[in-house]
Amino acid sequence: MAEPEPRVRQRTPVARMVAAFGRFWWEFLIGDTPELFVGAVLVVGLVALVCVDHAARAWAAVLLPVLVAGLLGTSVWRAKRRGAN
Amino acid sequence: MIATTTVHSGSVVLAVAVFLACAVEMVEALTIVVAVGSTRGWRSALEGTAVALLVLGALVVALGPAIVHYVPLGTLRLVVGGLLLVFGLQWLRKAVLRASGLKARHDEDAIFARQVEELSGTAAARGRDTTAFVVAFKGVFLEGLEVVVVVITLGTTSHDLGLAAAAAGAAIVVVGAIGVAVARQLSAVPENAMKMGVGLMLVSFGTFWSGEGVGVHWPGSDLAIPVLVGVYGLGAWALVTALRPGSMARISALLPGAGGSGDHG
Repeated sequence: MAEPEPRVRQRTPVARMVAAFGRFWWEFLIGDTPELFVGAVLVVGLVALVCVDHAARAWAAVLLPVLVAGLLGTSVWRAKRRGAN
Repeated sequence: MIATTTVHSGSVVLAVAVFLACAVEMVEALTIVVAVGSTRGWRSALEGTAVALLVLGALVVALGPAIVHYVPLGTLRLVVGGLLLVFGLQWLRKAVLRASGLKARHDEDAIFARQVEELSGTAAARGRDTTAFVVAFKGVFLEGLEVVVVVITLGTTSHDLGLAAAAAGAAIVVVGAIGVAVARQLSAVPENAMKMGVGLMLVSFGTFWSGEGVGVHWPGSDLAIPVLVGVYGLGAWALVTALRPGSMARISALLPGAGGSGDHG
């Protein structure tokens, strides 16, 4: 018995535009470095929690750049381990 | 006096960041346009370029004021700050990897040669050449979309969309003039150094605004931005130095008790 031909999904122009829009933002924000997106969200979230406490808030201006620099360093070392190209 | 200084330092960093970001992207776009123009004819290549620039300009005009008008400043700074942080980290990571030799540098000559080879395969049409128009349009539009995001995000959060747009316009004019003068020698542009600079500024703006969005009080207000640029610059330099081949062996050779046989290759 012959295999049924796979149905080619026809996308409407609107669906294609929405898909292209989503793809653009996915590539723009995540691409091949998901750790930077997830890391940035976690870093900003953590600093937001620190800012809730008035005593700890003074340290937030130091903590945020340190965490961001650490995130960059981690991502770069990860790329080195994997072979950057 | 202090207020004037802080406003000026913020505006200068904003203008420099947008100018460099736009210049880097326009060098990439110009490589494609020059390849299309020299193989398929200049008329359609320039028409495609002009239409793409018009569409990009319309996006800034349509979206910029709407965002400023409808989105509260606190939310805008948090969202845009986070966006710039991620975007800037991506640029900076790539620039660090290229500067340390772990990633191949962007080669405009190779892109130009590949583009010419692809376009030479089909005969150029008489009159308006659709292929040349579409390739030039796509090249400029896709490279320019990142610039639009940078202009809108930096311009709206600093309430200086006009300055951001003017800096982007100036970069287009300058890169266009250089393109006319040197034509195919765009590989001579120090693209990686420019990308490193843009990455540093985007990460600094992103840190500053996302911090403000969650309630961080920056010492010196806007003056914290150039300080952040310097701090991240030092961090990037340290990473590049540490990642260069043989650097770890040199460092361990300097440490007491180490064997001292460093990698000198």
